[in-house]
Amino acid sequence: MFDSFLTSRLDAALGWARKYSIFQYPFVTACCGMEYMATACAHYDIDRFGAGLPRFSPRQADVLFVVGTISHKLAPALKRIHDQMAEPKWVVAFGVCTCTGGFYDNYATVMGIDTFMPVDVYIPGCPPRPEMVLDGLMKLQNKIQDQHTTGRRAAAESRPDNLEL
Amino acid sequence: MTTDLEPKTDKTQSAPAELETREMMLNIGPAHPAMHGIIRIVAKLDGEKIQSAEVEIGYLHRAFEKMAETVDYNGVIPYTDRLNYCSPVINNMGYCMAVEKLLGIEVPERCHYVRVILSEISRISDHLTCVGASAMELGAFSVFLYMIKAREYLWELVEKVTGARLTVTYCRVGGVKADLPDDFAEPCAKAFEETRKVIDEVHGLLTRNRIFVDRMSGTGVISQEDAISYGITGPFLRSTGVEYDVRKDCPYAVYDRLPFDVPVGSRGDNMDRYLVRMEEMEQSMRIVEAALRDMPGGPVLVNPETGRAIPAAEMVDLAKVGNIAAISGACAKIGPTLEGSEKAVHASIAADEKRAFLPPKEDTYGNIEGLMHHFKLVMLGHGVRPPQGEVYFPVEGANGELGFYVVSDGSGSAYRVRVRPPCFAIMSALPKLLVGGMMADMVPTFGSVNMIGGELDR
Amino acid sequence: MNTSLIELVKERFPTAASSSHTYRGDETVVLRRELLLEVARFLKEDPALQMNFLMDLTAVDYSTFGKSPSPAFFASSGVAVSPSSQIPDKDPWPGPPAEARFAVVYHFYSLKHKHRLRLVVPLNETDLEVDTLTSLWAGANWLEREVWDMFGIRFRGHPDLTRILMYEEFEGHPLRKDYPVNKRQPLIGPVN
Ligand code: SF4
Repeated sequence: MFDSFLTSRLDAALGWARKYSIFQYPFVTACCGMEYMATACAHYDIDRFGAGLPRFSPRQADVLFVVGTISHKLAPALKRIHDQMAEPKWVVAFGVCTCTGGFYDNYATVMGIDTFMPVDVYIPGCPPRPEMVLDGLMKLQNKIQDQHTTGRRAAAESRPDNLEL
Repeated sequence: MTTDLEPKTDKTQSAPAELETREMMLNIGPAHPAMHGIIRIVAKLDGEKIQSAEVEIGYLHRAFEKMAETVDYNGVIPYTDRLNYCSPVINNMGYCMAVEKLLGIEVPERCHYVRVILSEISRISDHLTCVGASAMELGAFSVFLYMIKAREYLWELVEKVTGARLTVTYCRVGGVKADLPDDFAEPCAKAFEETRKVIDEVHGLLTRNRIFVDRMSGTGVISQEDAISYGITGPFLRSTGVEYDVRKDCPYAVYDRLPFDVPVGSRGDNMDRYLVRMEEMEQSMRIVEAALRDMPGGPVLVNPETGRAIPAAEMVDLAKVGNIAAISGACAKIGPTLEGSEKAVHASIAADEKRAFLPPKEDTYGNIEGLMHHFKLVMLGHGVRPPQGEVYFPVEGANGELGFYVVSDGSGSAYRVRVRPPCFAIMSALPKLLVGGMMADMVPTFGSVNMIGGELDR
Repeated sequence: MNTSLIELVKERFPTAASSSHTYRGDETVVLRRELLLEVARFLKEDPALQMNFLMDLTAVDYSTFGKSPSPAFFASSGVAVSPSSQIPDKDPWPGPPAEARFAVVYHFYSLKHKHRLRLVVPLNETDLEVDTLTSLWAGANWLEREVWDMFGIRFRGHPDLTRILMYEEFEGHPLRKDYPVNKRQPLIGPVN
């Protein structure tokens, strides 16, 4: 009993620490990147949420921001970057293009990145306003807070089934 | 415009003979921190010198041209926003003017002015983003923060007019969505004041900064002949000393009436491109200020006969029961997204062409002709239907000549829409710019290209 | 500029142009493809033309031109939305090139004289090849690669005619009218 008390306290402490020291990897491809810049800069200041420091190496990052349209040509690169990130890791789909493909329903674009990788938070909008991004970030922080020490996802069922593809 | 600061180091120094050097292949991208955009460069290096470079693009191909064939003419406008997403209004304007040329219609003068004002504001925000991002890649992070701060002021301005910050979809075939809001001139002056402050600050931080100048001047050089042969236009071409600006040379809208200068460089290197862009921002502000002064009706259209204002829903109800007397001459109180398109200002922002532009909301709500007119224009296949034909229309985008080539077969959607993307030409010259330079020069050179994925790969 | 560009081209190459028109102020010459390279060189080098910019190079697939069903409209509504003869138009557009599925379209611009000219080269589906302009304009290189990628038109003598926007594994040429707009060929992940 004492055991489980300790580990659950540890979980909470770790979750708290993790959620305020997000090292993000911005995978910026398209128009949404402009709003990403706006969110990261002085006006909206993502640093207030402990996510101010982008790491441009997937190995050092723990949240992958997928910002902008992903085409079929680019998808393998994105998948690879996601694979390179160390656990525990989270993925944010920024903008409708990454959530569903948006209004680019055609031969070139991927209809939502969740067709080939897991996504934790979806931020819709074309592009989402910075306020929405911050809201999404706070949702992600809640999710991180609930993580287990080992970094396993609390909500494993949110993963799509076809991950092996 | 040149600077008198010359690089001190000899960039052509080669390694001493006894050192054993080997060729190295270096792959950069598609996702790389020093690239604000998704491309891949495979460079062959000899030490730190680039021997050859291969550029691979297409990672952001979103089939703009194919999508444009599947929607109606007005439906293409949102897609054009996302071509050069730093300056969406210029794309809107170029596309709409191409279709208007095909239709053979002319928009009212005030509408031209409104379009020009908004596109110049976008041009400034584009240059701010470009200079800011490329300075950041050279380590000048505060410049980036300042410039994005200035951009934020401009975006607030854009939001005031269009309702959106970035993807504005502001122009329509035959007009614009709405007139400028009542209180536009004043916030505009304020935003420009802030922007000027930022530009001054950046000049102070960068223009005579030893590190910055050393990295920028003399790198990424291109000659006039090469630039022309590659089809490079815009600030990039002007940095070599060629004074080509679509706004001056093939004037469209009301640019021939507005005062502005075209800054040119002389050496065609990164430093000159930086200086040209910085000066262009000032010129754009000059254009906007002059346009606000000169536009017919003034910054805020004074309209003497605005009827009683009735809430739109009430108006519809009155019209439904046939109470025409109660609504004749009244003006509808419409939602914030449509503000500025009331009947009183409609004639000044939309071409007098029923086959292309939606009627004012008062007509749509108040009488059956207006309702049917509106209904038909928004039905797929009944909307704008230009006659069979083909046109090419160039405008000056933030990166150079942005041309739209539209072919119509007389149906409700375009048969072919082709964009001449300005940064495509510049990117095709990128290997030429890089080869012979040092590896580290790639960063400023690529930054000054201002590659915009949406426009490059479409 | 007094004499039209079309006249100048026709004067120099009487047999090259199969037709020409000035629609909406855009001067256009429809060219037989054999003479493309010579005409282009003439455009670039002739002092009266000096078209030093190859602004744009693209293609159009005319295979379904005019075949999309023209929707019925209510003439009684009082809103004429069909193409109308009221739109002023001195030189009518002659329509798509006859009996050719594709047309390669070139836009030239002269920095000195500030004039523009469009060249259209119709191509039959059975023989999709046209001379490259890379020897005259370096910028033609990528533009031609793009046309090859999107339409499958070959450029004779091009140094590196490979796909540019799509990936090597991609089959077909997406901007052709018979390529369905949402036929995907993903590299990873499910097809839809
Ligand atoms: S969601 Fe919209 S703004 Fe974002 S990348 Fe897609 S098209 Fe661009």
